[in-house]
Amino acid sequence: MANRRGILFWLGLVSLGAVGVAASDGDGDRNGTRSGWLTSRADVAPVTNATYGEECGSCHLAYQPGLLPAQAWTQVMDPAALADHYGDDASLTETLRAEIAGYLLAQAADQASAPRSRAFAVGFDAHAGTGLPRITERRYFERKHDDVPASLVTSNPDVGSFSQCNACHRGAAKGVYNDSRIDIPGYGRWED
Amino acid sequence: MNPLNRCVLVLMAGLPIPSALAGDAAAGAAAWVAEHQPGGGAPVRSCVTCHGDDLTKPGRHAVTGKAIEPLAPSVNPERLSDPANVEKWLRRNCRWTLGRECTATEKADFVAYIKTQ
Ligand code: HEC
Ligand code: HEC
Ligand code: HEC
Repeated sequence: MANRRGILFWLGLVSLGAVGVAASDGDGDRNGTRSGWLTSRADVAPVTNATYGEECGSCHLAYQPGLLPAQAWTQVMDPAALADHYGDDASLTETLRAEIAGYLLAQAADQASAPRSRAFAVGFDAHAGTGLPRITERRYFERKHDDVPASLVTSNPDVGSFSQCNACHRGAAKGVYNDSRIDIPGYGRWED
Repeated sequence: MNPLNRCVLVLMAGLPIPSALAGDAAAGAAAWVAEHQPGGGAPVRSCVTCHGDDLTKPGRHAVTGKAIEPLAPSVNPERLSDPANVEKWLRRNCRWTLGRECTATEKADFVAYIKTQ
């Protein structure tokens, strides 16, 4: 068992590397090869379902399924919850709702292999809190954004809130969240 | 059949749909900028809040900041081309802006106004 895991791990690394090299070819990244490798590596699997991308990407970035565990997506995709969606109305026909829910559940953080997805699933309690679950309230998220002051987020007109991942993570639409692509409006690149 | 009769027939056959959709563009224009006060002391809301008052220009979602393509068919021909999509967004946007769904007349007026842009 341990052995099998080890092999899978190395296979994973090798295939990630291959994708990184292939993508950095056309990248023309001004920060050189190392950053080219980093920039092109998805930390969370990108969105692959066109219906999801369209329906759940019209008001904000279409969040990758791997940013919340399955139980959380179940709560978000409940028909009543969609009609009262974080203060907006995101209701869908039953056909679309079922298709999207199926996609989200199959690719949810606790089902995914990308390491940062697994981290987003840690410690989720479906019964904690009152409102709908948020990516921005996951333990891992809070830990990673601890050092980012409110002056750069809620009082920054070009960001507004942590929910706008793509305002700072320039690779967010492709599932890239690592340090190499962070550029906060009015502040610049983040060096920690 | 004489040409006049044929013309009347064509008109009648075409009538039911346009009359069901015919709205008042001026009423739609007024409703577009009408401000509504949500509960809880939040800032007033109107269609302008996200789409702006020049429909040929892009808008910006008031909560998320996401860019919204212009609504005016004159610059964005895909607009108003899919009735189910228009219906879906009018339901959502009326609920957010007015705090309730719009009536059939209000919706027809909005569509008539957008069409002229
Ligand atoms: C009509 C607009 C609209 C649509 C359509 C929409 N959303 Fe949202 N969504 C919002 C708003 C507004 C917020 C709150 C953003 C904020 O607090 O800054 C939000 C927040 C969220 C959040 C929480 C983000 C956080 O803060 O961690 C998730 C998850 C989410 N949406 C998922 C979805 C999914 C899945 C769909 C498709 C079924 C969807 N949204 C469609 C408007 C929308
Ligand atoms: C205001 C800008 C801002 C927004 C908005 C934002 N982030 Fe971040 N994020 C950062 C910064 C800065 C860091 C790096 C923090 C550090 O390294 O100290 C970070 C780190 C991360 C990391 C860890 C990356 C790593 O390699 O360790 C993940 C994952 C992440 N963010 C995901 C998200 C997601 C998902 C969203 C939207 C729901 C989001 N972020 C919204 C600024 C932002
Ligand atoms: C909270 C932000 C917001 C407000 C306020 C708002 N809308 Fe929208 N509207 C959107 C978004 C987001 C879309 C979908 C994105 C897109 O189609 O580019 C949309 C799409 C539409 C469409 C679809 C057009 C098409 O054919 O593609 C119509 C019609 C529309 N809005 C009318 C209105 C009217 C009328 C009002 C005022 C009652 C209004 N909107 C207020 C955000 C808003």
